[in-house]
Amino acid sequence: MKTRLAILILVVLLALLPAYAGKYAVYVVIHILLLSIFSLGFNLLFGYTGLLSFGQAGFYAMGAYGCAKILLAYPSLLVGIVGGVVTAGAVSLLLGFLCIRHTRIYFSMLTLSFGMMIFSLAWKWRDMTGGDDGLVGIPRAPLEIPGLFKINMAPMENYYYVVLAFAILAITLFYRIVHSPMGLAMQGIRDSETRTACIGISVRKYRLLSFTIAGLYAGLAGALLPPLESTVTPPLAHWSHSAEPVLATLLGGVHTFAGPIVGSVLFYLLKDIIVRFTEYWQLCLGIIVVVLVMGFRGGVASIFLRERGRR
Amino acid sequence: MYLWLLAAGLTIVFGVLGVLNFAHGSLFMLGAYFTFTYYGLLGVNFWLAIALSLLSVGVVGYFMERFFLRHIYHMDHAFQLLLTFGFILIFDDAAKMIWGGVAQIPPMPSFFEGTVSVVGRPFPVYNLFIIGTGLAVAIAIWLLFERTWWGRMVRASASDREMASAIGVNIPTLFTGVFVFGAMLAALGGALGTPVRVVAPGIGAAMIIQAFIITVIGGLGNLKGAFVGAIIVGTLSAYGILLFPVFELFLIFFIMAVVLMVKPQGLFGG
Repeated sequence: MKTRLAILILVVLLALLPAYAGKYAVYVVIHILLLSIFSLGFNLLFGYTGLLSFGQAGFYAMGAYGCAKILLAYPSLLVGIVGGVVTAGAVSLLLGFLCIRHTRIYFSMLTLSFGMMIFSLAWKWRDMTGGDDGLVGIPRAPLEIPGLFKINMAPMENYYYVVLAFAILAITLFYRIVHSPMGLAMQGIRDSETRTACIGISVRKYRLLSFTIAGLYAGLAGALLPPLESTVTPPLAHWSHSAEPVLATLLGGVHTFAGPIVGSVLFYLLKDIIVRFTEYWQLCLGIIVVVLVMGFRGGVASIFLRERGRR
Repeated sequence: MYLWLLAAGLTIVFGVLGVLNFAHGSLFMLGAYFTFTYYGLLGVNFWLAIALSLLSVGVVGYFMERFFLRHIYHMDHAFQLLLTFGFILIFDDAAKMIWGGVAQIPPMPSFFEGTVSVVGRPFPVYNLFIIGTGLAVAIAIWLLFERTWWGRMVRASASDREMASAIGVNIPTLFTGVFVFGAMLAALGGALGTPVRVVAPGIGAAMIIQAFIITVIGGLGNLKGAFVGAIIVGTLSAYGILLFPVFELFLIFFIMAVVLMVKPQGLFGG
């Protein structure tokens, strides 16, 4: 009950954000929401199914480039976003078939190489992706359903509500997924592959599902980016970008539902604050990562959980 | 050839300790920076500078293993990857802090300048020297592992940690030693690479991907594989960029993925 009330208050606060906060805060929150979606998908794969992927940025970029290409050709926001998500989903389903044949370190390496393949395409396939210049001048097209309504997206506040709606949708859906039999099957695979297989659950099927859903989430986060920034560039697909959801998830807490969201908030705020004091933000981040791995593998969320458990 | 030195260290550490060291490329970078500092800035003798930088990186490796990695061997691979990834961030920014963000171009020792003629074509002396060193190191490592007492202990603990420990091998010390050895190999690669390339923060992240590709193609933990893998990747990127510049990068990752899918233990894995 208490949790529900807290969530309700949070949603109301977020919905009213443009009314009491400046443009910069809105911009930051949009990015936090994107990273949350990205990290949630990653955590389904890592925290719930036990597969550490280093190629998620590839699917993020598929979503971003897919959406950008569509928006450049046909300026309708909804078509662009859905198109981007579908592109990313299709690619991740395809690559999922190949990747889930392995686990542990080989899985990580395989996802890394596929992610980098997408990166090299974005970098070198100039006709399609604009090469290292990326794609520029992507319109923040109006949200429209022909014959029903058409909302102008030019003010960032309006776009903020689109992102917020998608984020809430994605988060709610994620909650349903991990609390469904499917989510439990994935956790079973993480804890013991053999036992899960023995009770008649197809390990392959659930790994593939998990991989594809993670790809869809990465694609959604990616597809929401180009209308905001109006550009997409190859570094979106680089493996160092894949590290962001990894770090956010680790920061917030692996294995927990809210971990990646809490982590995304912390990740962004920490970055924002540290960058103000020093240009060596990576150094601080590195130290945080080392400390987390050494001492607090459950992340921040686990500290709260532990506190609650004690009471 | 310095790709080989880099990959050799990575694969030895993986083969024996079972840790895939993400920060290995950063150790390469540190080796390059230390050499640059000792030789380029302080004017120490070139050979001494290399020895000193190996020693310095060895010390860094010692700290990494002794105080951090050692405590998480029993955990999932994922956490070791994450920990060493944290070290990349730290080393990269530390390098930026100490040596500045711009790329440095280290001086080349004068006795390495010039070319010799190989089969009628001019060939830089320095490249010849690196090839020679690479081969020498390959032979030295082989002798070390196959012919010495220390090598036998290392191989024993690689194949069965508990058994080796039971017959009196001091595993923790041995692991530290192996890690330091791997770190020094990376540093040697970086140190020898310095006179022919620029040194900048961030080369560590670029190098580690190269090293991953090589060790994966050759087989993780397999030295012979790393040697052949380095030659394949080195040749491929050199000729690839000449013949089909657009798909050179793609091709390399494609090969890596195919090897992983068809034969995950690598071309030379047992």
